[in-house]
Amino acid sequence: MNILQTHIAILLLALAAMPFLQVKWKGIGTVIVVLLISLLSGFVALNALLGKPFEHVFEGTFVTGAIPIRMDALSAWFVLLINFTIITGALYGLQYMKAYRKEVSNLTMHCTAYLLVHSALLFICLIQNALAFLFVWEIMTLSCFVLIVFEYHKQTTLKAGINFLIQSHLGVLFLTIGFIWVYYRTGSYDFEAIKQFSVSFAPIVSLGLFFCFFIGFGIKAGFVPFHTWLPYAHPASPSHISGIMSGVIIKIGIFGILRMIQLIQTDYNVLGYGILFLSVISGIYGVMLAIVQHNLKKLLAYHSIENIGIIGIGIGLGALGLGQQNTSLVLFGFGGALLHVLNHSLFKSLLFYAAGNVYQATHTMNIEHFGGLSKQMPHTSMLFLVASLAICGLPPLNGFVSEFMIYSGLLEGIGHKNMLNILAMLFSIFGLVAIGGLAILCFTKAFGTIFLGNKRHHFATLPMESNFGKLMPMYMALLLIVGIGFFPDFFVGLLNEPLKLFSSKIAMSADLLHPTTLPKTLQYIGYCSFGLLLLTAALFTLRKAIASKKTVTIASTWGCGYVGETEKMQYTASSFIRSYRKLVEPLLSIKKKKIELEGIFPTGGKHETHPHDKIEILLIEYPWKRMKLFFGRFRFLQNGNAQFYIMYGSVFITLIILIPWVLEIIQKIIYFLNQI
Amino acid sequence: MLSLLLILLTSLFFMGIVVRTKSITSGRKGPGLLQPMKDVIRLWKKGAVYSRTTSFIFQLAPTVYFASIIMAILVVPFGQNKGFISFDGDFIFFAYVLALGKFFSIIGALDTGSSFEGMGASREALYSLLAEPAFFILMGSFALYTGHTSFYDIFTSLHFGSYISYALGVLATFVLIMIAMVENSRMPIDDPKTHLELTMVHEVMILDNSGFDLGLILYGTQLKFAMYGALIANFFIGSSLYYFSIPLFLFVQLAFAVLVGILESFSARFRMGNNPQFIFTLTSISILIFFGVLLIMGKFI
Repeated sequence: MNILQTHIAILLLALAAMPFLQVKWKGIGTVIVVLLISLLSGFVALNALLGKPFEHVFEGTFVTGAIPIRMDALSAWFVLLINFTIITGALYGLQYMKAYRKEVSNLTMHCTAYLLVHSALLFICLIQNALAFLFVWEIMTLSCFVLIVFEYHKQTTLKAGINFLIQSHLGVLFLTIGFIWVYYRTGSYDFEAIKQFSVSFAPIVSLGLFFCFFIGFGIKAGFVPFHTWLPYAHPASPSHISGIMSGVIIKIGIFGILRMIQLIQTDYNVLGYGILFLSVISGIYGVMLAIVQHNLKKLLAYHSIENIGIIGIGIGLGALGLGQQNTSLVLFGFGGALLHVLNHSLFKSLLFYAAGNVYQATHTMNIEHFGGLSKQMPHTSMLFLVASLAICGLPPLNGFVSEFMIYSGLLEGIGHKNMLNILAMLFSIFGLVAIGGLAILCFTKAFGTIFLGNKRHHFATLPMESNFGKLMPMYMALLLIVGIGFFPDFFVGLLNEPLKLFSSKIAMSADLLHPTTLPKTLQYIGYCSFGLLLLTAALFTLRKAIASKKTVTIASTWGCGYVGETEKMQYTASSFIRSYRKLVEPLLSIKKKKIELEGIFPTGGKHETHPHDKIEILLIEYPWKRMKLFFGRFRFLQNGNAQFYIMYGSVFITLIILIPWVLEIIQKIIYFLNQI
Repeated sequence: MLSLLLILLTSLFFMGIVVRTKSITSGRKGPGLLQPMKDVIRLWKKGAVYSRTTSFIFQLAPTVYFASIIMAILVVPFGQNKGFISFDGDFIFFAYVLALGKFFSIIGALDTGSSFEGMGASREALYSLLAEPAFFILMGSFALYTGHTSFYDIFTSLHFGSYISYALGVLATFVLIMIAMVENSRMPIDDPKTHLELTMVHEVMILDNSGFDLGLILYGTQLKFAMYGALIANFFIGSSLYYFSIPLFLFVQLAFAVLVGILESFSARFRMGNNPQFIFTLTSISILIFFGVLLIMGKFI
C-alpha cells in the first residue's frame, strides 16, 4: 500500500469514527490524525524539497482521465507550511474548543471539517488533473464554510459564512471556465495540457487564460478588489480557524497563481506588471483600512490582505524576471514571495491565536475595551508583541528577511533599461515602504491599546492568562519566527529546488543561489540579528546593574499636575490614529456620529466612527442594491398563494412541452414560405 | 570602525553646538559645548521614578531604542572604511532597525496610560512613516546611479561629474537634513522647547521616562543627529585620504549642527495639521532626485 492510499485510508477511518467518539476524544483524535497525516505527507514533501520529487498516477475514470499526483518542490514547500500551521491550529483548537464542550454534534462537524480541510489543502498542492482538482477545491471550500459557521446561531457569523461561500464559488466559476477552455482546445484535463495550450497559442490568449485563473485564485487569496469576503469571515470564525484560514487557506490561492505562472507560457512582462500593480494596491489598501478598524480580528484580516500584497509584489517581480531573462529577479522575487508565504503563515496564525486568548479572557473583540492586559496575560502579550514586530518586517525577525529579499529584487530591477520598468519598481518601492510604515502605526495601535496602559473597561471576570495547552502551539510558531530571523540563510537555502522550477524556464543554471551574493548577505543579516540581540541584552544588563544601586520610586503617571488616576483620561485607539484618519479620510469611507458636549453640566458626549470598505460598496453593495430594485419589480409573482405556484409550475411544464412543437411549426411555416 | 569612533566623538559636541548657535543668535552667551553631554551623564547617575501603570515594556523600550540607534550607526561607513556592518542592501537594514527603535519608543509611551503620551506617540508614528519613503527613494536613486546597494559601495563609487549631479547632491543633502529633523523631532516639525504638552511630539512621549532611561533617550537623539551628519558627510568625502577626509567630516558635522541651530532660531514650528504635507514634500523632492538620476544616465526616453 503506498503512501497516498494510507493517507486516504487514515482520513476515511477517522471520518467514519468521528461521530462515535466521546467529546473529549474528538479533539484528541483530530490532533492525532492531523499529526499522522502531516508526518506522512511531510516525509514525502521533505524529500521533494531536497530534490527527489514524488509521482503517482491514479487511473481515474473515463471522464477525468488519468489523475497524476505529483509532489514537486513547489508543492512540497506549501505542503510543509500547511502541515505546520494545521498542527498548531489543531493543538490550539483542542484547548480553545473546550469552551464549547456541550455542543457535541456541532463539534463533530467541526472536527470532520478540520480533517477534510487539511487533506483537501494537501491534495490541492498535489493533484494535477483539472477535474479532480476542482473536486478537491470544492471539498476545501465547503469544509471551510463549515468551520467558519461554527457559531451558526449568530446572525453575523452565518452571513459571513454565506458571503464566503458565494464569493468562493465565484472563484470556482472562473477556475472552471479556465479549465474548460483548456479542455476544449486540447481535450485533456491534465495540467500538462495547460502548458501545451499556452505554447500552441499566441501569448495574448494564454494571458487571458492566466488572468482567468488569476481571478479564480485571487478571490481565495484576497487580492483587492476580490478581498471583500475576508474581513467578514475572519472575525466570525473561531480563532484557530481564523489562524489557519489567514495562515494557509488564503495561501492556497497564492499556490495556484504560482503553479499557473509555472505552467503557462506567455508574455511575462505584461503579467508581471499587472500583478505588481494589483499587489501594491492590495498592500496599501489593506493596511490603510486595517488601521481604522475597531475589531481586533477584522484588523488582522485586513492585514492579511496587506501581506498578500507583499507576496504579490514578490510574484510580480519574479514574473518580470522571467520576462526579462533575469535570474536574480526570479530569485529575489519568487524567493521573497515564497518565504513571505511561510513567514506570514507563522506570525499571522500566532496573532490570531493571541487574539483568541484575549477573546476567551474578555469575551470582546473591541479594541477600545481592552487595556493593560499585559499584566494579567504576560505570555500572550509577549507573543503578540513578537508577532507584531515580525509582521511589521522589523529585524531581527522573519518578516524582515522576506521583505529584505523583495526590496533587494526591486533595487536590482531598477537598474533595467526600460523606462516603464523603472517606474514600476519605483512605485513598488514606494508601496512597500508605505506598507511598512503603516503597519507600524497599525500594530503600535493594536499592541499599545490592548496590552499596555490602564484597563478601559470593567469585565465581569478578571482576564486571566491562558493555560499551557494554548500557549504551547503559539510558542512553536514563535520558535520558527525567531529561527528564520536568526538563520535566514538556512531557510532560503531550502528554496533552491522550488526556485529551480521557475528559473528552468529561462536558464539552465544548475544552482540558483550560488552565483549571487544573497546567501552571504543573508548570513550577514543573521549575524546582525544576533548582534542586535546581544547589544540590547548587554545594555539592559548594564542598565540593571546601574539601577540596582539607585533609588527607584513608584508614582502615578504624569498628568500635568493632576495626580488622580483615572483610566478615562487615557489615550484611546481612535484618538491614537486620529491624525492619520484625518489624513486619509478622503480616500476611505468612514461614517461618523458625534454628539458634542454642551452646557455647563454636559452629559453623554459621544463620538463614533464606522469604517466602511469603499471597494466593497462599489463592487458589491451598489450592484446588489440595483439588482434588488430590478428583481423587486417581479415581486408580485411571489404572492404566497399555493394555487399560483402550482399554476407557475404547470405553465412552465406546458412551455417546456410546447416549445419544440412551436419551433417545429415555425420551421414548417418557413419551409412553406420558402417553397412559394 | 573609524566611522563609529568619529560619530561617537561628534555626538559629544553636536547638541552643544546647536544650543550654542541658538544662544548666540538670540544674543545670549549660552552654556558650554559639553553641557548637553554633562546633562546626560548626570541623568545616567540618577535614580528613576516609574509610573505604577507601566509594565516591563516601559523598562525595555529605551534600551531597545538606544540599541537600534547604535546598530544603525554600525552600518554607516566612513569614506574608504566600511562600516562595522556592510552588505548589499544594508541601507534597508539601517532604516528598518531604526524603525524597530521607533516601534519600541511608541509602545513605551503607550505603556504609561497617559492622556498626553499617546498623542505624541501617534504623531511620531505618523511623521516617521511619512518620512520613510523619502529616504528609500533617495537611496534607491543612488543605487540606480551607482549600481550598488550598500552604503559603502554607493558612497565610494559616487562621483559628481556634471552640474546636474551637483544639484542632486544639494537636494540629497537637503532631504537628509530634513529627515534628520523629522526623525529627531526638531524645529519645523516639532519644537523641543515647547512647554505645552498638547503641542509636543517627541518630548511628550518621554514625559514619564527618568534617570538612566531618559539619559539614554537624550543621548540617542544626539547620536542620531551625528549619524545623519555622517551620512551627509559621506556624500562629499568619497574616496579621499584621511588627512583630508577626517577634517572634512568634522567640518560637515559642524556645519550641520550650526545649520540646525540657525534653523531652530529663525523658523517657527508648523501647525500640526500642516506637518504631514510638509513631510510628504520630502518624498517628492526624492522623486525629483530620482528623475535627475535618470536624466544623468540618459534613461529618459
